[in-house]
Amino acid sequence: MRPPTDIASAIPKGGNLRVRRVWNVVMVILLLLGSIVVLSPLIAVLGAVFVNGLPTINLAFLTQEFRPVGEGGGGLLHAIVGTLMMNLLALLIGGLLGFAGGVLLSEYPDHPITPYLRTISDLLNGLPALLKGLVIYAIIVLPTGMFSGYAGALALAIILAPIVLRSTEGVLQLVPWSVREAGVALGLPRWRVTISLVIPAATFGVVTGLMLGFARAAGEAAPLFFTAGGSQFLNLTLGQPTESLALTIFKYANEPAVLRQEQAWGAALILTSMVLVASLLARWATRKYN
Amino acid sequence: MNQQKPYSVSMPTGQTETKLTLAADLRPRMETKGLSVYYGKKMGVRNVSMPIYANTVTALIGPSGCGKTTFLRALNRMHDLTPIARVEGEALLDGQNIYAPGVDAVEIRRKIGMVFQKPNPFPTLTIYDNVAAGLKLMGVRRRDVLDEAVERSLTQAALWNEVKDRLRAPGMSLSGGQQQRLCIARALTVQPEVLLMDEPTSSLDPISTQSIEDLLTELKKHVTVAIVTHNMQQAGRVSDFTGYFLLGDLIEFGPTNQLFTNPKDPHTEAYITGRFG
Amino acid sequence: MASQPFLSARHSPLYRAFGDRLFLLVLLLFGLTIIGIVVLMGWQLAAGGSQAFAQFGLLGFLGGVTWDPVANVYGAWPFILGTLITSLAAIILAFFPAIAIAIYAVEYAPRWLSNTIQYALELLAALPSVIYGLWGLLVLAPILRSYQQNIVIWAMENQHDWLLAILGPPIGFGMSTAIIVLAVMVIPYAASLAKDSIALVPGAQREAAYALGATKWEVIKNAVLPYAKGGILAGIILGFTRALGETMAVVMVIGNNNNLPFTIFGSATTIPASIINEFGEAMDLKLSALLALGFILFIMSGAMNLLAAWIVKRMSVEGRL
Repeated sequence: MRPPTDIASAIPKGGNLRVRRVWNVVMVILLLLGSIVVLSPLIAVLGAVFVNGLPTINLAFLTQEFRPVGEGGGGLLHAIVGTLMMNLLALLIGGLLGFAGGVLLSEYPDHPITPYLRTISDLLNGLPALLKGLVIYAIIVLPTGMFSGYAGALALAIILAPIVLRSTEGVLQLVPWSVREAGVALGLPRWRVTISLVIPAATFGVVTGLMLGFARAAGEAAPLFFTAGGSQFLNLTLGQPTESLALTIFKYANEPAVLRQEQAWGAALILTSMVLVASLLARWATRKYN
Repeated sequence: MNQQKPYSVSMPTGQTETKLTLAADLRPRMETKGLSVYYGKKMGVRNVSMPIYANTVTALIGPSGCGKTTFLRALNRMHDLTPIARVEGEALLDGQNIYAPGVDAVEIRRKIGMVFQKPNPFPTLTIYDNVAAGLKLMGVRRRDVLDEAVERSLTQAALWNEVKDRLRAPGMSLSGGQQQRLCIARALTVQPEVLLMDEPTSSLDPISTQSIEDLLTELKKHVTVAIVTHNMQQAGRVSDFTGYFLLGDLIEFGPTNQLFTNPKDPHTEAYITGRFG
Repeated sequence: MASQPFLSARHSPLYRAFGDRLFLLVLLLFGLTIIGIVVLMGWQLAAGGSQAFAQFGLLGFLGGVTWDPVANVYGAWPFILGTLITSLAAIILAFFPAIAIAIYAVEYAPRWLSNTIQYALELLAALPSVIYGLWGLLVLAPILRSYQQNIVIWAMENQHDWLLAILGPPIGFGMSTAIIVLAVMVIPYAASLAKDSIALVPGAQREAAYALGATKWEVIKNAVLPYAKGGILAGIILGFTRALGETMAVVMVIGNNNNLPFTIFGSATTIPASIINEFGEAMDLKLSALLALGFILFIMSGAMNLLAAWIVKRMSVEGRL
């Protein structure tokens, strides 16, 4: 055997400890700086929405329909109603699709379609919302020759479905397998176990997922551009062009009238509050659920 | 204040010759004085004073939850990493308190290595890089030195012959027992003075356990070993000294043979004879 | 629960087998619908764009630099280029800050701050695109314009003509503004994913490094980041993918101009921005060209999504075992 090298003498004095200590501190400072770089524009965005939006919000703004700038500019009632109607329909369709898909992934993990569905659903979630609008445009708006709230709701449903699917799968997975085993041991068929035991145990989580999906879909403007088309009138049916808050922000922000820009901030504040409330509720629900 | 537990260093009759030789130059490598560990308000370990003699194997035994692991982790300041944990009292390494102000925990952990319950090699690194990791941290770049150190540590950990042809394979490609010996080799490379082992065989099969136990007898030529084990037979087989913990207290400490054959404390006797624990 | 009457097992095996079949069938129907939607998207966009692809040839359309509705000539290259440049630049800008806040939140911040950061990131990732656009348009662009003007004036005074050519007109709406807005938007997304994968690194890995005498930063560098790199990389790619398809925020600040060459400050365009902008009066060949752009975006975005999923699977520590 070779004579042993003196390892100790090859170690830099003190194991470089002083230099390493300095690096340790330098990195903390860099990480803190990075964190501030991340948080400051985000605070700036939220701050701008609240500072510019709050003065605009009043009862008239929320209860009046569109009016020209010369007549006071009116309010956002038509957009709020349009947003709610389209999103509720979207929640019904997309929520059902996603919920059923989530149940399939969670309760039938061995089914051959499961891995494909999971991958495709994630893919769908990652595809730009714009394309979901374009496709509804091609298959519905183009043949019927008309923008409509129904087309808008369908586009939003496609956005919602994969979000609800993943959250449903997640919360159903939290229900312990012993619950299913107990049900099967009682002699119940599998579908009955799922509907009567597993899903009720996860209701809270499922609703949370639906809420988050709703908030996300409510903020989408691009797909509605090709489908709902936007409108200046208050419609109580979805069979005609329909306005949404996100579309209003886009249109008003680009108008030269200062009043319209102020209204855009107001609409932004309403949308932001919806997202804020949904995510706060979701957070509260998760904490309570766990 | 530092209420010293009575412990005996006198060798009882029937001691093997090796152990007698050891007894001749017995000196504490580490020693705790009134060491207590708290988790928040909960007491983990209470007022423990015991030596860990140089080039011996000291076993810490006791029922689960008795504080033996908590005590072990206090010996290289691992509790620093748990915000709610607080350590009182002294732990001396070669007479110097590792908790004294100004003492660098990083330097302490270099001198007092640790092997964990479950093998935890770095999964993204090769066998070679796992073993060399500690030296690289200290700024050693010379290839020949690293090669030499890796071979030496792997030999000491009785793994060299099994892996010398595939040093570039991922550390995770080894079996559980080999992974644990890899972790021992990794700890040895930085030439620690003390090696703390926290139930190192609890996740291993009997054959791997055997190989680690055999290794310990060799290892104590190079380092001082303190080993936590829940397995009394193991403590009897591998250790020179044993400390028995119960509910956060060190109940009894002494040469392993004596503690196992002639325990002074009735609690120890109950545990040893299997009436408790 | 077991005492409820409807849970009693009085039904015949036939009923059970039938119920289970039917239940699974319904679930499968919904599941297949979701898969069908993706297939339909790809098919509709390809079919809709086929006229443009046929007219100019696949390569001719992809590489064409002219987009002239009057002459009815359409080429996609400026849009593809604009999409790639803005998205790449945005993710490069976002890379270090996103990882920094993820590391800080998991490894350094006290519990309450870590939770607050987590919540802030989730909230900001959920904030509608059009709100970032509004902020970019009315707040950020005017600020950036004054900076841009100072830089251009400086370049003029020092007669750096080459620099002026690269910088372009300092109008506040353009490539650099879009990149900054995009970076702000993708950071919370990439940071959340990085944070999740760092939080998943087992404590035993950190302890192993600490026990070798590593400093806190060395533990992060040598034990935590290598373990989490698959998830971090996937997060970065998903952030890039999100930037590719980002529409409203970009269309509001990029200036919408498809004349090459693009400059740093000057206006530019992307695929999503141009689809929104050109859509209004689109018919026939132009509509087909827009749908063809949509198909290109579908392929780009889909490929990056699948790549990220593959990386999570292959590069994660678990995946390699």
